[in-house]
Amino acid sequence: MSAHRDVLPVNADGLRRRRAVNRLMEAIATLAAFAAVGVLAIMVISVARRGGAAINFSLFTKTPHPFSFTNEPSGLANAFAGTFVIVGFATAIAVPVGVLSAIYLAEFARARVAFAIALALDVLNGVPAIVVGIFVFALIVLHHGQSALAGSFALSILMIPLIARATQEVLALVPQTTREASLGLGVSRWRTTLGVVLPQTVGGIVTGTTLAVARVAGETAPLLFTSSIVGDKLQWSPHQALASIPLKIFEYSESPDPKDHAQAWAAALVLIGFVLVASLTARALAARSRRRMGLHR
Amino acid sequence: MATSSPTVAGAAALRRRGRFRPGDATLHGVTLAAAVSAVALLFLIAWKVIDQARPAMHRFGLHFLVTKTWDPGAHQVFGAAAFLFGTAVTSLGALLVAGPLSIAIALFLTELAPRWLRGPVGALVEMLAAVPSVVVGLWGILVLGPFVQGHVEPWLKRTLGFLPLFRGDPSIFGLLPAILVLTIMITPIVSSVSRELFLGVPRDLKEGALALGTTRWEMIRGVVLPYARSGIAAALILGLGRAVGEAIAVTQVIGGSVAIHWSLFQPGDTLASRIASQYQGATTRLQIGSIAYLATILLVFSLVANVAAQAIVRKFARRRPVIR
Repeated sequence: MSAHRDVLPVNADGLRRRRAVNRLMEAIATLAAFAAVGVLAIMVISVARRGGAAINFSLFTKTPHPFSFTNEPSGLANAFAGTFVIVGFATAIAVPVGVLSAIYLAEFARARVAFAIALALDVLNGVPAIVVGIFVFALIVLHHGQSALAGSFALSILMIPLIARATQEVLALVPQTTREASLGLGVSRWRTTLGVVLPQTVGGIVTGTTLAVARVAGETAPLLFTSSIVGDKLQWSPHQALASIPLKIFEYSESPDPKDHAQAWAAALVLIGFVLVASLTARALAARSRRRMGLHR
Repeated sequence: MATSSPTVAGAAALRRRGRFRPGDATLHGVTLAAAVSAVALLFLIAWKVIDQARPAMHRFGLHFLVTKTWDPGAHQVFGAAAFLFGTAVTSLGALLVAGPLSIAIALFLTELAPRWLRGPVGALVEMLAAVPSVVVGLWGILVLGPFVQGHVEPWLKRTLGFLPLFRGDPSIFGLLPAILVLTIMITPIVSSVSRELFLGVPRDLKEGALALGTTRWEMIRGVVLPYARSGIAAALILGLGRAVGEAIAVTQVIGGSVAIHWSLFQPGDTLASRIASQYQGATTRLQIGSIAYLATILLVFSLVANVAAQAIVRKFARRRPVIR
């Protein structure tokens, strides 16, 4: 291997050069990290500046005005309602499926089966969101038309692997002795799992769910084919297609009208604020519960 | 890894004694059903998408892959060649920038940064992944696009204009903004996977190298990178899979034109972005089939990429010593 010769250069005269190369590489790595943070800062600041200038109370209370040349205040109340409904139902589908799958993986499955299912979940996590949208379009929308529920189903497919893997990880952190103590007292397996093991992982499940909600609240691709043909009225019924914040941002971003751009920035500010706060909270929760888990051992 | 399943000694003893507990069986059954349905989704997705693509597959066969027309008008001729080209150029371009960048970030976070800085900077880089793609796209159209048109592309043209990549008129929409947007989106993923890998490099190897008098960079090049090599490959594959599958942000900045050309300044289109842009216009069975055909190509790619990457990651995880 040439690597050995590189690692142990015999030429002592090269020391200055080696140190210079080392400093250069360290500088590049530092620069790279700060470039990434800088891009985040630039993006958040431009959303905050433009969104902050456009945001007002009517964004949440009014619906889009049909004639954009009037100066009457308009808003995206219908899209906020739609996103709330769609993400709510998606969470209601994904949490039970995700948590139960994780319980199976961590408490019942043999190693080989658990390995296969975990792999399948990770691969499912890698399926592009737009493909999930096409899938739900072919499965539901072609026969029953668009609806918020179809959108929820699409989003729940993205959430399930996230929630399942997060739950599985915290289940694995619960000390084996806890289970043995409960079983040793003669408590049945199912009551041990649901009454002793699962309560210890609630924090982790909440964290995983929060991260999953943060991820899908901004997803546009799965909704394009499932809940995109909508009116401007404020509606709540999940049986019809509902407007959503990401889709409105998408539409307005391609509009030539600067007023639409302003609304898009304002909505983006709300969305990015929600997503960042949710992710940060989840991270903080995760760090706290990990500390607590550490004490248990 | 978290995949190992605990076999509880007490439960095994109970089972040997043959006491049947309906509660246990129920919980086992219900959780098994949930797990199976989650896995079944994967197969259902594959089956349904391919089934939907059948009209287009019958009509165009594999010629679909080399046809560069997308004509939803009277002729109803569809092909993926232009989108395959656009996907390859934008994804590989993004990987070319994001790959080294992410590895550098991961090295900074594991080897260089002072301890108090690692957490916050790492968290901020991962926050970048949390920004919804539609917001990245909005920023891409209204902020990045004009900047690229006004400053980046003229500069590239002046300095590197002898390459066919950097010829043509600067424009807001095009392959270059798409590459930049994808770079932003995959960097946090590749760097966070790489960071995990670098954390797994045994400390004694690193300290051994340093004790032999290497500089930090020589230690990284001689120990850390070779040790994590296969894992880095997996991280890059995951990043590529993400770039290929990204639809919304790309749709917003790429310009959506069916064309094959080498100029990064000109509009193009990718597989995912073409599907996204068709959401209102697909009427005929053949067009819907063709969209599903595009989705099938994406799906197959993402399955192959993810299985490969996960296989490498899992192999790596098993080799990794338990104590960090």
